[in-house]
Amino acid sequence: MSTALIIVLVVIALVVVAIVGIYNGLVQRRLRVDEAFAQIEVQLKRRHDLIPNLVNAVKGYMGFEQSVLENVTRARANAVAAGAQGPAQVAAAENALTASLRSLFAVVENYPDLKANQNVLALQEQLTTTENQVGFSRQNYNANVLDYNTALQVFPNVLIAGPFGFTKRDFFDAEPEASQVPQVDLTLPPRA
Amino acid sequence: MTGAARETFYAQIAANKRQSVLLALIVAALLGLLAFAIGYGVTGSSAASVPIFAGVVILSLLLAVGTLYAGDGLVLAASQAHEVGEGDAPQLINVVRELAIAAGVPMPRVYVIDDSAPNAFATGRDPRHASVAITTGLLDKLDREELQGVIGHELSHVRNYDIRFTLLVGVLVGSVALLADMFLRFTFWGGGRSSRSREGGGGGAQALIFVLALVLAILAPIAARLVQLAVSRQREYLADASSVEVTRNPRGLEGALLKIAGDKEVLEVANRATQHLYIVNPIKKFEERASGLFSTHPPIIDRVNRLRALTGEAPLDPADPALAALD
Repeated sequence: MSTALIIVLVVIALVVVAIVGIYNGLVQRRLRVDEAFAQIEVQLKRRHDLIPNLVNAVKGYMGFEQSVLENVTRARANAVAAGAQGPAQVAAAENALTASLRSLFAVVENYPDLKANQNVLALQEQLTTTENQVGFSRQNYNANVLDYNTALQVFPNVLIAGPFGFTKRDFFDAEPEASQVPQVDLTLPPRA
Repeated sequence: MTGAARETFYAQIAANKRQSVLLALIVAALLGLLAFAIGYGVTGSSAASVPIFAGVVILSLLLAVGTLYAGDGLVLAASQAHEVGEGDAPQLINVVRELAIAAGVPMPRVYVIDDSAPNAFATGRDPRHASVAITTGLLDKLDREELQGVIGHELSHVRNYDIRFTLLVGVLVGSVALLADMFLRFTFWGGGRSSRSREGGGGGAQALIFVLALVLAILAPIAARLVQLAVSRQREYLADASSVEVTRNPRGLEGALLKIAGDKEVLEVANRATQHLYIVNPIKKFEERASGLFSTHPPIIDRVNRLRALTGEAPLDPADPALAALD
């Protein structure tokens, strides 16, 4: 075999290895994005499951605050139902649930026995961590999308991404409702 | 420092990684130079440096592999840490879980050290085999946001494979010290025959290189140690910046660093061998611990100012007397 032929074969082999490497990298990144998206769902469900425990814990103490408790229960039911409808409906329902929970905890402040109750404190911590986990799982999703989209667009990956059908993914945006301050009604009925 | 320039944590992370790799390469080059000088100075042939280099690195690696696999168990036992689960420390477990999600790593094992001095460390060869340890003092004295900053820092050490990286640098530095030590013993107390070998090479050049080898054997271990300390400081900055990437909240970590550094209590279980692992140097007495180039950790004020640069806040003035108590 002539030297020129050997060199050409080696170059071709190197190019093939590089393409395989880039392709595999893109596949791995895309899978991470899918996993991160699924994680968000997991966290939202966890939050739905915690709410009934919270309502039960405070129900006995807050005879007068039926409307607040009813709001929370109803918002939770809506959020669960929205899961089947679509991302925009899910986002709106989850935000309504967050707002109703904030109202509930604002009202709890007025009941010293309830505020000091260990069960309520533990549940408050549970809800705080659940809200954080939802937020962080969205953040993690965005970080994976950034990594994947960047890998798609840099040179030389960009030459391979198109032909093999890799398309960019969208970031998870904060919904317009998220920047609204939730309304908290602190007016109390007269205590018996 | 004049006006605060705003920079991103991405830029800080990239700069830190570049600098640590550069420092590690410097140690490798130092080892190569020493091996060459010894090889050529003793045998007059440059080919001798290759087996010397390889031999001493393999020996150090064997010692290091043991550390990599058994190390974290030893360190946790030496620090008298006990593992905690869901029911023992719910808020701590929750915070670790939240940040493991944000960082995209599996949940590490969580340990608590019974000591009122606030501090924390992380250990583990990769994210799947990681542990973080927190003192009860830190749990009592920091609020939830600051705790997030500290856990973010520790998880970042795990995510950046810092344990492996510092071990790798340790292998190189150990090889330099080992090789220098063996050469010096051999020359002054061992077989004088080989040092007079005239195989191959010119006599004059070989003798000169031999002298160079002697000088290097004395200086290289110190130089390598200084570089190793610089790497340690660089990885601390990297962990701080990565913590912000995970929490997106520089103020939490800033508050935590100031509180931990300002606390004068001494962590009983820490000593010189383990000091480099902790988030803030646990050796509080000024006389007992090194500073500047010989320090394992960067000065607190510099760490805080780098965090402030991320939000465009004005940096702290190192000359401020109120801050003299720190670090």
